[in-house]
Amino acid sequence: MRTKETTEPSWPVFHEIVVMGGSAGGFKVFSAILSALPLDFSLPILVVQHLIPGDDGLFYRHLASTIRLPVIEPCDKQWIKHGHVYVAPANYHILVEQNGTIALSVDDKINWSRPSIDVLFESAAQAFGEQVIAVLLSGANADGAAGMLKIKEAGGLTIALDPATAEYPVMPQAAIDSGAADEVLSAEEIGLRLVKLGSYKI
Amino acid sequence: MKNPEGEHAEIDLLLETIYQRYGYDFRSYARASIERRIRLFLSNTGYPSVAEIILRIVDDQEFTFHLIHYFSIAVTEMFRDPLVYRAVREKVVPLLRTWPHCKIWHAGCATGEEVYSLAIVLKEEGIYNRATIYATDFNNEALDRACEGIYEMGKLQEATRNYQQAGGKGSFSEYYYARYKAAVMDSSLKERVVFSSHNLASDSAFGEMHLIFCRNVLIYFNRDLQHRALGLFTDSLVHGGFLCLGTKEDLHFTDFRDQYEVVDNKARIYKKKNWP
Ligand SMILES: C[S@@+](CC[C@H](N)C(=O)[O-])C[C@H]1O[C@@H](n2cnc3c(N)ncnc32)[C@H](O)[C@@H]1O
Repeated sequence: MRTKETTEPSWPVFHEIVVMGGSAGGFKVFSAILSALPLDFSLPILVVQHLIPGDDGLFYRHLASTIRLPVIEPCDKQWIKHGHVYVAPANYHILVEQNGTIALSVDDKINWSRPSIDVLFESAAQAFGEQVIAVLLSGANADGAAGMLKIKEAGGLTIALDPATAEYPVMPQAAIDSGAADEVLSAEEIGLRLVKLGSYKI
Repeated sequence: MKNPEGEHAEIDLLLETIYQRYGYDFRSYARASIERRIRLFLSNTGYPSVAEIILRIVDDQEFTFHLIHYFSIAVTEMFRDPLVYRAVREKVVPLLRTWPHCKIWHAGCATGEEVYSLAIVLKEEGIYNRATIYATDFNNEALDRACEGIYEMGKLQEATRNYQQAGGKGSFSEYYYARYKAAVMDSSLKERVVFSSHNLASDSAFGEMHLIFCRNVLIYFNRDLQHRALGLFTDSLVHGGFLCLGTKEDLHFTDFRDQYEVVDNKARIYKKKNWP
């Protein structure tokens, strides 16, 4: 095998993977939820937050400074490790590969966004099916709803932020309306739920 | 959509069929992206399944090229990532000046915006007339557009800020003129450019390059194909020549890291060492 990377395990080292999306109003909810997670959280987390133009790593640095888990703005083909949070870089879509690596792309914007939540969610559904836990937070558009439905259809677990508690309810509401959400929870409840799902089972 | 496992196998077969019949090799492309493009193709064309596409491909060339088109993501921008052009000005141009002539290769140039952007930098730095620029892609339609050099006016106006951030020394609007709603790039910018078809998955190296730009192309390849392309670049570069990748493509994670030194990590500019 050729590259340095392939000396690492050539198959995903995690059992489940968390994918999360947010837009307007997502910034705060992301920090609230992710700062609830303990250092020994056992799952990888991939995050798409729609960024304002000129964000230039602002969201990434903000998360990195507020939560306990290591936060990474990944390069293409990077291995996904448990207990790490991967934030989609500005102007790239982020996808996951079946072999447990990250793939970036500069395809056209989807739902006026790059990164787009649907792109991440659909690739997760395709690569990991029932091993996916999807969380959709606050936003003023419907990006993520279609991808979430794919995850539900593939047997994954889907959670929408309770629109009554969201700063911008359109996004989670769209997921709920299309029947994509298994659970509807407040930010605090999502944090607790993830802690439980991601604690090491002995 | 049907169960992923069955579909993964069908897609293998589809890519194999395209390769066997038409010689285009997408078997080593990054899988998640290819699958996404195929799903898009299915939903845009109304084909019910990958199996149906395979049947069509066998004897319908036009249809196949239409599909292949979906695998070429010719999305690009003038002065995308201004910091890269700034780094080229500051760290690469001074060395390019030391060669009497310089050869530059844009591999995967798409519709050409990147080629014109760099040509502008070379002009402003006074070395354009010493350069020969090869702009290649395997998507001939995109290449034709690159060669025409006609873009949406709005897009060029948007790029003005990028141009300035890239260290632009003049006024960006001097480099194009308006025709209806379109902007036509000044033809002197392509005087020294040769546009030609080249496939990184199957064609061979280009000789004696001093600078190679290959940005946001390797992300569409799997590691094996990346390795092939990087091998081509390494063979094509003179000692001390430069390689510039996309901002999220890190040479450090490949076997080639020892053959290059880092010139600018953020801009992903590398320099081929004199001794391997
Ligand atoms: C996203 S564009 C990158 C354009 C430009 N370099 C930039 O960064 O803005 C990717 C380009 O790579 C080209 N490409 C993909 N596979 C290729 C191959 N095997 N050989 C040559 N070009 C290829 C596509 O046709 C497309 O135009």
